[in-house]
Amino acid sequence: MHKESPMTPSQTASAAIDPMKPPQAGKLWLEAANEWFSTVDHKRIGLLYIGYALVFLLIAGFEAVLIRIQLAVPNNHFISPQVFNRMFTMHGTTMVFFVGMPILFGFGNYLVPLMIGARDMAFPRLNAFSFWISAFGGLLLYFSFIGGDGLYGAGTAPDVGWFAYAPLTSRLFSPGHSTDYWILGVFLSGIGSVGTALNLVVTIVCMRCKGMTMGRLPLLPWLYLVTSAMVFIAIGPLTAAQIMLMLDRFLGAHFFDAQAGGSAVLWMHFFWIFGHPEVYILVLPAFAFANEIIPVFSRKPIFGYPAMVAATVLIGFISMGVWAHHMFTVGLGPAGNTFFTLATMIISVPTGIKIFNWLATIWGGKIRFATPMIFSIGFLFQFLIAGLTGIMLSVAPLDWQLGNSYFVVAHFHFVLVGAILYMIFAAFYYWYPKMFGRLLNETLGKWHFWLFTIGFHLTFDTMHIPGVLGMPRRIYTYEADRGWGMWNMVETVGMVFQVAGLLCFVWNVIQAYRHGEEAGPDPWDAWTLEWATTSPPPAYNFAEDPVVHSRRPLWDLKHPEAPDTHFE
Amino acid sequence: MSSHSAALTPSASEWQLPDKGKMGMLCLIVAEIAIFAIFVVAYIFYMGKSLSGPTPAQVLKLPIIGTICLLSSSISVHFAVSTLEKGKTQLCSLWLAITVLLGLIFLSGTATEWYELINVDGLTIRTNLFGTTFYSLVGLHATHVAVGLILLSLTLGFGIAGKLSDRHAHRLDVLSYYWHFVDAVWVVVFIVVYVVGR
Repeated sequence: MHKESPMTPSQTASAAIDPMKPPQAGKLWLEAANEWFSTVDHKRIGLLYIGYALVFLLIAGFEAVLIRIQLAVPNNHFISPQVFNRMFTMHGTTMVFFVGMPILFGFGNYLVPLMIGARDMAFPRLNAFSFWISAFGGLLLYFSFIGGDGLYGAGTAPDVGWFAYAPLTSRLFSPGHSTDYWILGVFLSGIGSVGTALNLVVTIVCMRCKGMTMGRLPLLPWLYLVTSAMVFIAIGPLTAAQIMLMLDRFLGAHFFDAQAGGSAVLWMHFFWIFGHPEVYILVLPAFAFANEIIPVFSRKPIFGYPAMVAATVLIGFISMGVWAHHMFTVGLGPAGNTFFTLATMIISVPTGIKIFNWLATIWGGKIRFATPMIFSIGFLFQFLIAGLTGIMLSVAPLDWQLGNSYFVVAHFHFVLVGAILYMIFAAFYYWYPKMFGRLLNETLGKWHFWLFTIGFHLTFDTMHIPGVLGMPRRIYTYEADRGWGMWNMVETVGMVFQVAGLLCFVWNVIQAYRHGEEAGPDPWDAWTLEWATTSPPPAYNFAEDPVVHSRRPLWDLKHPEAPDTHFE
Repeated sequence: MSSHSAALTPSASEWQLPDKGKMGMLCLIVAEIAIFAIFVVAYIFYMGKSLSGPTPAQVLKLPIIGTICLLSSSISVHFAVSTLEKGKTQLCSLWLAITVLLGLIFLSGTATEWYELINVDGLTIRTNLFGTTFYSLVGLHATHVAVGLILLSLTLGFGIAGKLSDRHAHRLDVLSYYWHFVDAVWVVVFIVVYVVGR
């Protein structure tokens, strides 16, 4: 079915590349650094995003370790209350804005042009700008450790919590400049996010290779398209709210100043109009990875492609109308409570459709339990639990009981760690060979998975219980007679396992860079276009522009006797 | 529309995709709408909730001339694009100059209004909630007008220097989308601040 040489397989590409590739050896490090600083190549920017996010992952992980040590035993004085406040603020802000967003944009940057058969993003220079402005935001946030109080002293990072409720952020309660660094850091990262999201949308809509209609678009670009569209609508309110907060702090405006008639609740609305879609902005790319990895390791095409796309678009829409379920304890009145309870419950329907589609993809498949797949299976289990506790919390009366408790913390860590971080790990094991031409070690990968999974469940399964027993989040210590001590100790022990797992991962990534097994262009016998070029791909991706005829172009090429075009 | 992806395989049938520049500008406009929407919501939410004067009814006057100028500039920028498409660069520069002039009249109107509000009526951003929301919403819009004027003046500079040709019509078209958007936002701001809010 594939006449006129549909795509150039790797042989042609590699023959064309090698003579042109500048020799890496013997290059001054300054030259190499300059290449990375000035690059507009989507693959390099993708790697910059990912590397930058990994550094912040380790920093924010370290902050979580400090939090867990502090909470391990009652009446602990390991860190002071002030430092504890800074740690949970920095941990949350860093993980959302400087780990989650950049790592997902990094994979998007790297993979989307390759998967749609394009040579770069639509606006390469905007791409570089977006990365560097986000990176500057992260540096600014951490500069607050030095500059937060100006000349008065170092070590004063933001301590207002990652959602920075008013009036805690006003000049009166938050003197010095730590909160200003928080505002500016998050503001700049938002500008970078909108730039990259814009780039992704335009790339996906306007740069698809010949024959790749929207119906043949792989699911990863599809989900990135929806995520990016959500970024436009969600980041705007955050940016606007940050501008207002700056006007309050620097020019004496009264947006969130109750003394002058302003409203602290308005900040909550504005923040969560951003904050809840943000969760879906982070989780949709994780779904996107699952959509690519699960079929390849089940040796079946994805089950229910149109349903998957429809569910994604539905999630995108509904997620814009659920924000106030973060605010049930404010007292929204019966109409508000009912609306947001129902909206939150409804969003679990398209999410459930996705889970059933993944299960149906695995069902009857010839499953290969390679590391990317076992992380995906972990994701399926944990995301299900995260969804179930989410439905529990969507019920307003139950939320009044559990709101702001460790139950909530356990719930959203199940989403952010159990679902999103697991799929990010899966994506690393799956695409690392494409990025660096070498496979990550499978044995270390399995150690990583099991250590991390044991640690994850020790920490976050048990974390639900002190929440139900009434332990509020963000307290720096507690009394011994509360009955929370044992659970907190178990959580901290789990943290040790997670750190051990993470170290396996870091070691694996470093080790495989030089000593990993050669991957070749297509180590997983996959079927999307990124595997049709060399590993790592040349700067121009494809020597000839590919032409596709189905959703699995590489499958068609490898199986001319039964191409997908016969069945789609 | 786009030629970059259509001409891959000469023998192949047409493969047309939307234009990158226009698509990018539309995305930017969606993101901007989200920002403006929040400021408009804040304005409406705090309408009549100021604890002290002055109130909008006491101090605001309808900016009729500015509004007419800004809305007409949408028409003039449209003519700038269409004349450039036909290769009439001189005429295009003239329309661009008219657009920039109209935009400047609008901005100077805002400047005069703010000068009077601050110095005569004593309304600043810290006076009351009206001042807070008024200056931030109108100021955000004026900032967008200023950015648009910088870009249009740059194009006008190229036009005067004789560097403009019909090759650039597409880029000017993308810029005109932004300008139309800024005008449309003014319609909303005008209705919310000067009609409903007064």
